[in-house]
Amino acid sequence: MIREIFTYRGKEGYWLWVLHRATGVGIFLFLAIHIVDTLLVFWPNLYDAVTGLYRHPLFRVGEILLVGMVLFHAVNGLRILVLDLWEASTKHRRELFYATLALLAVLLIPALLLMVREIIL
Amino acid sequence: MALGKRQIAEQPRPTGNFELFSWYFMRVSGVVLLFLILGHLAVMHLFGSVEDVSAAFVAERLANPLWRVYDLTMVVLALLHGGNGVRWILDDYVHSNRWRLIAFSTLYTALFVLLVVGSLILLTFQVPGSPAAGSFSAMR
Repeated sequence: MIREIFTYRGKEGYWLWVLHRATGVGIFLFLAIHIVDTLLVFWPNLYDAVTGLYRHPLFRVGEILLVGMVLFHAVNGLRILVLDLWEASTKHRRELFYATLALLAVLLIPALLLMVREIIL
Repeated sequence: MALGKRQIAEQPRPTGNFELFSWYFMRVSGVVLLFLILGHLAVMHLFGSVEDVSAAFVAERLANPLWRVYDLTMVVLALLHGGNGVRWILDDYVHSNRWRLIAFSTLYTALFVLLVVGSLILLTFQVPGSPAAGSFSAMR
């Protein structure tokens, strides 16, 4: 499986494709955990104890990582839609790649600033 | 259908009823989820904080039926979108019949349980002190 990932000689789009899958699986696993932790709301004391874990610094870092993964998956998903719906764009894959990174940066940087400020303050 | 060595990663639009439907579903649900999840993250993680999350906070939030509809739409679409994504990935990387049986049955079982649990929370949670919760506990 590792060999399959690394033997494909693709260009920019290939690495976005690998990241799209990796972030997708990561988000899916978090969603599963998040549904189970929310189920605990039927036992309020247990819920408060468990969600208290999310305030731990390790989980705060995980939270930032999660937001990063979701933003990447969302912006790259838009790139896929553009390629699917607008045929001319397939001739400008490199430009689209940089546009994807630019949009990701525009969304990610303020989000990171807000979250880091939240943790520090 | 494993990815052959020379096959390109970005595969063409599939044909056949279900695969074509799932291809479109990923795009449509993806756009809806983009708004729902970015909204959820903005409200809960950027402008709100995990510091404020508690059972009381959840109860207050779920007292508003609009949040229930929002969350239910989000959780169902996210599970179907993510589940189909994982299905595609397993299909690409798991080759032997034995492991495919194990992988797909695990995935579909987990998906079913998560769909039930997610919907159960949003549809049946009773806000403490609400009229519904009162009548329910009075009946008991």
